[in-house]
Amino acid sequence: MSQSIVDVSAKAGFSFDLCKRNEMLTQKGLKAPSFLKTGTTIVGLIFKDGVILGADTRATEGPIVADKNCEKIHYMAPNIYCCGTAADTEAVTDMVSSQLRLHRYETGRDSRVITALTLLKKHLFSYQGHVSAALVLGGVDITGPHLHTIDPNGLTETLPFATMGSGSLAAMSVFEAKYKEGLTRDEGIKLVAEAICSGIFNDLGSGSNVDICVITKGNKEYLRNYMEPNPRTYVSSKGYSFTKKTEVLLTKITPLLERVEITEVGEAMEE
Amino acid sequence: MTFTVPIDNGDSVKIAEEESQRTLYPYVTGTSIVAIKYKDGVLMASDMGGSYGSTLRYKNIERVKAIGKHSLLGASGEISDFQEILRYLDELTLNDNMWDDGNSLGPKEIHNYLTRVMYNRRNKFDPLWNTLVLGGVKNGKSYLGMVSMIGVSFEDDHVATGFGNHLARPILRDEWHADLSFEDGVKLLEKCMRVLLYRDRSAINKLQIAKITEEGVTVSQPYSLKTFWEFSSFHNPTAGAEGSW
Repeated sequence: MSQSIVDVSAKAGFSFDLCKRNEMLTQKGLKAPSFLKTGTTIVGLIFKDGVILGADTRATEGPIVADKNCEKIHYMAPNIYCCGTAADTEAVTDMVSSQLRLHRYETGRDSRVITALTLLKKHLFSYQGHVSAALVLGGVDITGPHLHTIDPNGLTETLPFATMGSGSLAAMSVFEAKYKEGLTRDEGIKLVAEAICSGIFNDLGSGSNVDICVITKGNKEYLRNYMEPNPRTYVSSKGYSFTKKTEVLLTKITPLLERVEITEVGEAMEE
Repeated sequence: MTFTVPIDNGDSVKIAEEESQRTLYPYVTGTSIVAIKYKDGVLMASDMGGSYGSTLRYKNIERVKAIGKHSLLGASGEISDFQEILRYLDELTLNDNMWDDGNSLGPKEIHNYLTRVMYNRRNKFDPLWNTLVLGGVKNGKSYLGMVSMIGVSFEDDHVATGFGNHLARPILRDEWHADLSFEDGVKLLEKCMRVLLYRDRSAINKLQIAKITEEGVTVSQPYSLKTFWEFSSFHNPTAGAEGSW
């Protein structure tokens, strides 16, 4: 075996090989891909029995609203949910959610919120802020209810109430003015909805409807479109009339799938 | 930059090109102002801090001043430019008084004058680095308007400058309504100022609320707001994560 002259980099620490490659590519004229930001209002608060998370439902692509009703509250574990701001959060949340599931199989216990927090924070920090995911993580585990925020740089905070996203100041002003400890479920939901509405109506990057997720010990409620304060108010009653030159030639409905009923019951898989 | 110009008799004279005097950045700044119209007139709240970059250098700056009999001017941004504007307004009101015709400048006129001043300075690339709030009452009608350093000017029922735009405006949009009583108006302003105190790093807990009605201007004595820091999470932030900080 020939002696290796090249120094193999140690396994520990940061490896910047890909940075050199990126620089080389940009010098050759490659435009770096820009990211899809969603400009958002996401909030969380701790109430008497657990955690309530809230989010708006607008996804923007620059100045255009790409999705009027997207889902920003992501599942992490049966007792942990995470609200995220940009597209990167979907990927990061999915990844950590699967890591948590494997961990649950390994340990045989319910996941804890700080486990999710540590996995997310390690991942985001190692990318030095380039994975632009700002998250509000909340859940109830054996040690009680927890609420954390995670910055794209990996900074985490443990708070009784938190807001993130472009609408965070509007939502935070509602929380700072009205939050008290020991809120009941209804009071908490009302306050979260008020904070999200403040973001929706005062921030251009947030809009459409309010999603809410209530997590208590042993139970979770995902209230999709809890409030729809921006309904489409004008719908033409006359319908759409085509000009005389337009002719309907043929109307045929082609079903794409045929439903097949399986009547035989197979054997159960062996464990 | 200097250049020499040869003159007839051979001597050269150095003519200095005028050094450009432009405001590039503010030095001593005041933070937000929040103002609302209420039943009898206008209420304006501001804190008394002047920051020098990230240090809180001055803690006794009055950023709300009475102008003439009918108006109240509040400013955020560069304090020296605010003092300059007060001098301009002094000149304006003095000249107006000298006409001695029984008329006095109302808030609308002063707002218009300020808009012209700010816009013209901006066109010369030498702005007065302020966002001004002009409130007043004349002949029973209340007036509240704002001018920014680039000359954007408008009138509204409630205004806020700086951070107040993001933190106070949502509260005002929700809770302001016409014909607020004086107590309700002050409570609303204090609510906004408290949020600003929590969340604006250049805010200090020493504020003044100024009131203008048909009778005249009253500027309150400085006072401080009660704040609440006793959340149980704050007492033990690592409750769920032993060993972290």
